[in-house]
Amino acid sequence: MSETMPFRPSRREAVALGAGAAALLALRPARATPETMRAAIRELVGDAPLREGRMHLDVPPLVENGNSVAVTVTVDSPMTPADHVRRIVLFNEKNPLPQVASFQLGPRAGRAVVATRVRLADTQRVTAIAEMSDGSFRQTGAEVIVTLAACVEG
Amino acid sequence: MARALINLPSTARPGEVIEIKTLIQHPMETGFRPGPNGQMLPRDIITRFVCSYDDAEIFVADLHPAIAANPFLTFTTVATASGTLRFTWSGDNGFVQTETRTLTVA
Repeated sequence: MSETMPFRPSRREAVALGAGAAALLALRPARATPETMRAAIRELVGDAPLREGRMHLDVPPLVENGNSVAVTVTVDSPMTPADHVRRIVLFNEKNPLPQVASFQLGPRAGRAVVATRVRLADTQRVTAIAEMSDGSFRQTGAEVIVTLAACVEG
Repeated sequence: MARALINLPSTARPGEVIEIKTLIQHPMETGFRPGPNGQMLPRDIITRFVCSYDDAEIFVADLHPAIAANPFLTFTTVATASGTLRFTWSGDNGFVQTETRTLTVA
């Protein structure tokens, strides 16, 4: 009996190591889901209806490298003081966070066009919301197939 | 000082819509990526970009970690009068950089 005693703590250590490894795996970042994206959009627009159309999200349908994806949002608006786009907001479904960027425009923009480059962690749908000067909202989206994901897991 | 590239015409006609392209050197570390020791690298991103035209803010962008490294932004403005455009990027760890460009409207 006494000879087996020194052996037991090392077994416990082995179990503890295993638990530690499992905890490390659980620490990997949680991903946004279509539900969290919808919740983030609702946080922006409230109960206002989201109308489709009169705006366009231009993004390549197939991208090789998710670390840099060119995105252009165009809203069909005269951009006058009476009728313009106040804000263009981008969302995604499967990155760690649903928010991508928010752009504040005004009648001085002349055209409602913004372009940037984003990271995409997976094949997913990208959504753009436009807040108009009358307080209404429009939305559009595009599916993107990503072959090499942005490095979320190192 | 990070390297910043700003592309806009030097002259424009009154009322003309000009396109402005900006790019700044920045890693945009997301805070979701493990480093060599397995620990998450702390977030280090540019959170805000402001473009003002003669002290009036004409374009503001709030950025999140999903923006690619070396943030690139394209937007437009109406050339109203000759003046100065000021571009300011600010972000984590006290990052602030301001660049100015002059625009001649005639």
